[in-house]
Amino acid sequence: MSGTPSLFEMARLQMVRDLRLALRRGGEWLQPLVFFLVITTLFPLTFDSQLSRLRDVAPAALWVSALLSSLLALELLFRDDALDGTLEQLAVSGTPLSWVLLAKTAVHWLLTGLPLVLMAPVVAGALGAPYEAIPGLLLPLALGSITLSLIGAIGAALTLGLRRGGVLLGLLTLPLTVPVMIFGAGASVRIIAGQSAAGPLYLLAAVAVLALALAPLAIAAAVRINVE
Amino acid sequence: MMLLEARNLHLWRGETHVLRGVSLAVQTGQCLQLTGPNGAGKSSLLRVLCGLLLPAEGQLFWRDLDCTRELGPLQRECAYLGHLSGHKAELSARENLAYLCGLRRRCSSNDLDAALEAVGLAGAAQHRPLRQLSAGQQRRVALARVQLQRSTIWLLDEPIANLDIQGQELFHRLLASHLKDGGCAVVATHQPLSVSESALVRLELQA
Amino acid sequence: MTWLWFHKLASPPHFYRIAGRWLPWLGWSAAVLGVTGLVWGLVLAPSDYQQGEGYRILYVHAPSAWLSTFTYTTMAVSAAVGLVWRMNVAHSVSASCAPLGASFTFVALATGSLWGKPMWGTWWEWDPRLTSELLLLFLYLGYMGLRSAIEDQTRADRVCALLAIVGVVNVPIIYYSVEWWNSLHQAPSVMKFGKPTMPASMLVPLLMMFAAGTLFAATMVLMRARGEILRRERVGTWLEAAVGESVALTGEKR
Repeated sequence: MSGTPSLFEMARLQMVRDLRLALRRGGEWLQPLVFFLVITTLFPLTFDSQLSRLRDVAPAALWVSALLSSLLALELLFRDDALDGTLEQLAVSGTPLSWVLLAKTAVHWLLTGLPLVLMAPVVAGALGAPYEAIPGLLLPLALGSITLSLIGAIGAALTLGLRRGGVLLGLLTLPLTVPVMIFGAGASVRIIAGQSAAGPLYLLAAVAVLALALAPLAIAAAVRINVE
Repeated sequence: MMLLEARNLHLWRGETHVLRGVSLAVQTGQCLQLTGPNGAGKSSLLRVLCGLLLPAEGQLFWRDLDCTRELGPLQRECAYLGHLSGHKAELSARENLAYLCGLRRRCSSNDLDAALEAVGLAGAAQHRPLRQLSAGQQRRVALARVQLQRSTIWLLDEPIANLDIQGQELFHRLLASHLKDGGCAVVATHQPLSVSESALVRLELQA
Repeated sequence: MTWLWFHKLASPPHFYRIAGRWLPWLGWSAAVLGVTGLVWGLVLAPSDYQQGEGYRILYVHAPSAWLSTFTYTTMAVSAAVGLVWRMNVAHSVSASCAPLGASFTFVALATGSLWGKPMWGTWWEWDPRLTSELLLLFLYLGYMGLRSAIEDQTRADRVCALLAIVGVVNVPIIYYSVEWWNSLHQAPSVMKFGKPTMPASMLVPLLMMFAAGTLFAATMVLMRARGEILRRERVGTWLEAAVGESVALTGEKR
């Protein structure tokens, strides 16, 4: 039982620890989800023309709300680990930092992104999307929320340790999420309209793959700089 | 055998020139004690040595290999204990160790038991969330972590702070056995280290 | 050694001197080209048979739009150089690029909007180029916001360098996605600037404006970088000598 752990073991350690922490902290991870529900509730309430036209803005409401709630959750992604020295220990451990932080981001997505995706059908239904289109909305949201988590994690790592990091995090990351929003909402629009969404879905998947490959490098580099 | 060597390290923090040409060398079985007034750069020097800070100038050698740019070989054999422990208050001592040490080397349940017992944390205390332990006990967990990593070099920043008399004795025992096993250490502290004179090197940093 | 100039440029005093020597040349050629191009473009060039006089805003708009992206690329490249070779001078250049690039982006947006009023009948159209330009402005503002939020100079340099690199990877994807999004809406594509058919009497002043703008940008970046270096190296001993020298020089000229 000695020797260096494999990449798989490292990821497992990180994920088990983060999941355990989330459980012990109670319902903190649920807050972004509630936030998501509250924003999407506000859309119909601020809509003063006929509610039957709500389904036209449903994809927009869904995606903007998803973006904002995932951003809200990401502000705290690295904060505790920076404050208590965990990131310091990771940075000097000689382990591949980008891999471990990718595992960390994955847990974060499991706790905030995935529930949001699963909640989306309810929200979409409430916003007036036709019921037969609702299952199809899951795929673009799942792909998109992965990318949003990764981009947001870059922003969180860049703004680590800043006092008013929250607003800045938004300013930095929102422009970078434009492709996800465009392809994601584009796919949703087509799905709701009953058309084929293959084009935007492929593009969304391509962006997700690119983010999976490159974002961990940027996250690790930013963390390294900020633990100095 | 020469393990760690630093030549002419310079470090700037903002406009203050923290390290002004610091050189040091640590051999197998040696302990280097860093002293100096507050703000002299003891912590900064330790952070440079483990790669958290990059020096503006100077070179670092580990086992006669230049690792100024690529600290991987040094970091894989190095245990760093700074002001922050890297522990989570919500996790138990065992869980904290299993994570922090597990990322470096595979630790069995027996390893964890042994390391925690060695610092006087046995039985139920191992399983209680860390926030229920005293500051001294938490520091002991940090020592257990350093011990459990089985690293060749220990870089310790004020390891004795918060420890009671027994805790200090414990630390000195751990340090002595680490040095005897062929390890080395760089320790920043003002308290006297009970290490045999032949193994102790002192470096006083000027403010 | 062929890389000697690169290493020399990395030393702040050397960069400060070289930049100081180049500045008058760059500045004056930018001024001469700019004035000629403007007079030619705004007064002498014939008016467009389709767009009338309105097209003349192109002489400011197109160079600004080009410089907004060019400056961003320069910012990211110098940031990368600074990050990889730990070169303080490169970070100074990168930091100097941001406000300048943001201004170019703003000018491009403002002139685009002015041009849009007579052409599209509205101040703002979700045209893909204008939208991308707007997003570019946000990227610049984010960079500047991040830089001003971090107190420690070295950390600000490195974090912002990373952001600039992340941004530059994203810019093409953003641009492409905005194009894709726009293609859904079937925007009026007749309204795009028709460059290929442009007669020489219109094209030559436009090219002059491009050259003048680029030279102007180079002048401003070097000037700002010099200022940045002065601010950063205020504890350096070479500074007194260098500044004393240039003060003496300006004194002579008067």
